[in-house]
Amino acid sequence: MNITKFWREFFHKNGAAVALFMLIAVGVWLFMMIILPQAFMLDFSIRANVPPPKFGTEEHYYTIEHYKYMIFGSALSTDSFNVIDLTVFFRTIAAAAFVTLIDVALCYPIAYYLAQVSTGGWSRLMVLSLIVPFWINEILRAFAFKIIFGSTGVINNFLVAVGIVDQPYDFIRNDVALWAGLSYAFILLMIFPIYNAIESLDKNQIEAARDLGSPWWRIHWRIVVPHAKPGISSGCTMVFMLTAGALAAPQILGGPSSLWFTQIIYQGFNQAGNWARGSAYAIILLVACVAFVLVMMKVFKVKFGEMMK
Amino acid sequence: MSADVRLDSVWISFGDFVAARDVNLHIQSGEFFTILGPSGCGKTTLLRAVSGFLTPSQGTVLIGGENMAGIGPNRRPTALIFQNLALFPLMTIWENITFSLEVKGVGKAERRKRADELLELIAMSDQGDKMVAELSGGQKQRVAIARALCAQPQVLLLDEPLSALDLKLRQHMRTELRAIQQQVGITFIYITHDQGEALTMSDNVAVMREGVVEQVSDGTTIYDEPGTSFVASFVGENNRFAGTVSSISDGYASVKTPEGVIEARCSKNPQSSIKIGDDVFVFVRPESLRFVNGQNMENQFQACVYHEEFEGNLWQVFLDIGTTRKRVKMSYVNDGTLKVHGNQPNVSVGFSRDTAIALSEGPLAAE
Repeated sequence: MNITKFWREFFHKNGAAVALFMLIAVGVWLFMMIILPQAFMLDFSIRANVPPPKFGTEEHYYTIEHYKYMIFGSALSTDSFNVIDLTVFFRTIAAAAFVTLIDVALCYPIAYYLAQVSTGGWSRLMVLSLIVPFWINEILRAFAFKIIFGSTGVINNFLVAVGIVDQPYDFIRNDVALWAGLSYAFILLMIFPIYNAIESLDKNQIEAARDLGSPWWRIHWRIVVPHAKPGISSGCTMVFMLTAGALAAPQILGGPSSLWFTQIIYQGFNQAGNWARGSAYAIILLVACVAFVLVMMKVFKVKFGEMMK
Repeated sequence: MSADVRLDSVWISFGDFVAARDVNLHIQSGEFFTILGPSGCGKTTLLRAVSGFLTPSQGTVLIGGENMAGIGPNRRPTALIFQNLALFPLMTIWENITFSLEVKGVGKAERRKRADELLELIAMSDQGDKMVAELSGGQKQRVAIARALCAQPQVLLLDEPLSALDLKLRQHMRTELRAIQQQVGITFIYITHDQGEALTMSDNVAVMREGVVEQVSDGTTIYDEPGTSFVASFVGENNRFAGTVSSISDGYASVKTPEGVIEARCSKNPQSSIKIGDDVFVFVRPESLRFVNGQNMENQFQACVYHEEFEGNLWQVFLDIGTTRKRVKMSYVNDGTLKVHGNQPNVSVGFSRDTAIALSEGPLAAE
C-alpha cells in the first residue's frame, strides 16, 4: 500500500488525537525500550573494557576481542578454545530447547482438554487454577520449588516413606529441580497460544476423522496438531526465548555444577566489572536464540504471519 | 455392501430433556431413508446414535443385524456427512477423500488411485491436488460424499448436508445424491427439515415431532395420507377446519364445523382413528380446492377472493369462505385459461370428500 495513503487513512480512521497518541506511544516504546538499550549494548560489546570516566577517550576503542574471548578464551589460557563458556552456552541452548519440549508435552494435552473437552464452569475453574499461582512472585516460586525438591522436601520425604528410594534423591544437583522450575515458570505462555489455536478447531473435524475410522492419536497427528501448529510455534518461541534468558530460576534452583549462560552474563556486568564482555555475551545469546528459532520455523514450515493470528 | 438399520425402542435423554422417545425404525438395506422434522425434533440426535457419537439411554441400534452397543463411531460400518461437511482444510482434496484409507495404512500410490476413481464418480477429475478452500460449495459437497464413500460404509448418514447451498444448487444436488445412492446401492439415512428434499429423494420418510416418530411411509403416502394432524400440518400446505364428527359411514365422516358440515375421508391410521363425537381436524390441500363450475362436489362454500398471487405456473388464491369468513388458500395451475382477479365478492369454491381427510385433533406444526 502507498505510504502516504496509509497514514492518511490511519489518521482518518482513528481521529487525530488517538492516532497521534498511538504513534507516540509505539514510537517511544520501540525506541526507548527496545532499540536504544540494544544499540548501547551492541556498542559496549564492540569496545574495549574501560571504566566509565574513560568512555569516549582513545582507550575506549572499537574491538571484537570480547567475541573472540567467548570462542578462544583468555590469551593466557593453555586451551585453544574457551571450553567453559562454550559448554555453558550450548548447554543452556540445549536445556532451553529441552524445557520447551517438556512444556509442549505438558501443555498440549491441557490446552486440548480446556479447548475441546471441558465445558463452562469447570473449564473456567481450571483456567483460574492455572493462573492463580502466577500471582506469586517468580523468585518466591523458585524458592518454593527449592523447598519441595530439597533433600528433606515433600517429594523426597514421600519417596523415602513409600520406599521407592533409600536415600533422598538430589533433585537439585541433578538439575531436575531446575528443569521443573523453568518448565513451570513459563507454562502459561505455552498453554494459552495452543489453547487459542485448538479452540478455533471445529469439533466436527475431530468427529469426522473419528467417523472415518481414525484412532485418537492419528486425529491429533493429522487434524489437531496441524491446526494448532501456529499456536504451538508461538508458544515454543516465547518459552524458548524466555527460558534461555532466565536468570532467577537457574540462580536459585541450579545445581552447584550447572551454570546458566545468563549467569555468566550477569557475572560480567555485576561481579567481574566487565560490561563489555557481558554485552558481547548478551548479544551472542540474543543472536543465537533468534537464529535457533528461525531455523526451527524453517524446519517445521511455520510462517510468521500464521503465528500472529 | 449394504446393511439394514434397526432402532429398537430407542430412548435418548439429556438430563430431563428427552430427545428421542421410544423410537422404532427398520430401515431396509439399500434404501434411501429420510428423517424429516422441524429443528429440535431429535432427528440429528437419532443420527448420532446410529453413527455412534452418542449412546441411547435405552434400546438398541442394530446395523446389519449386529448390536452396536459399545462400538465406537470409528468401528461402525457407517459414514457420516456433517451439516457443515467438516472437510479437512489443511489436506488436499485427494488426501481428504482417502483419509479413511490412510487410517488403514494403505500405501500412497493405491490411495491416489482410489481418489482418482472417486473424483471421477463425482465429476471432479483432475482436481485432487486442490485445497478445500479453492472449491465451490457444490464441489465441497461432492468431495464430502466421496470422502464418506471411500470408507466403503454399509450405511451413509447425511445430516442436512444441502442446507448451506443456494436453491438451484440444492435442487441439482438432490438429483445427484439420489443418482449416487442408486449407483453405489448402499443404505442412505438422510436428515432434513426440508420436505421438498424428503419427498423428492426418499424411498421412505419418517416424520418426527419432539422425539417421537409420527409416521413412516413413502413420500406419496406421507403427503396424501398423513397419519396425524402434525404430519398433515408439517408436510406441504394444508387448509385446516376444526369440528366434531356427527356421523361416519363407508369410511367417510361428516364433520360439523363453524363453516358448515364437511365430508371427509376417515383417517386409516389407528393412532388418529376417529369416532362419532370426536373433536377432529379436517385437512384439505390448496390444490384440491376448485372453483365450482357445474361439477357436483360434496363440500361447497360461498367465498370472497381477497388476495391473489401469481407464481407463473401457479395462481395462489386467498379466500374468505362462508359466514365465518375463514381464510383458506387455493392453488390453481395456470393453464392459460383461468384469469382470477382480486376482490370478487361472490364466488363458489369446493372440494371433493376424497381429497379431504379427517384426523383426530392433535398437536400441529408451528406456523
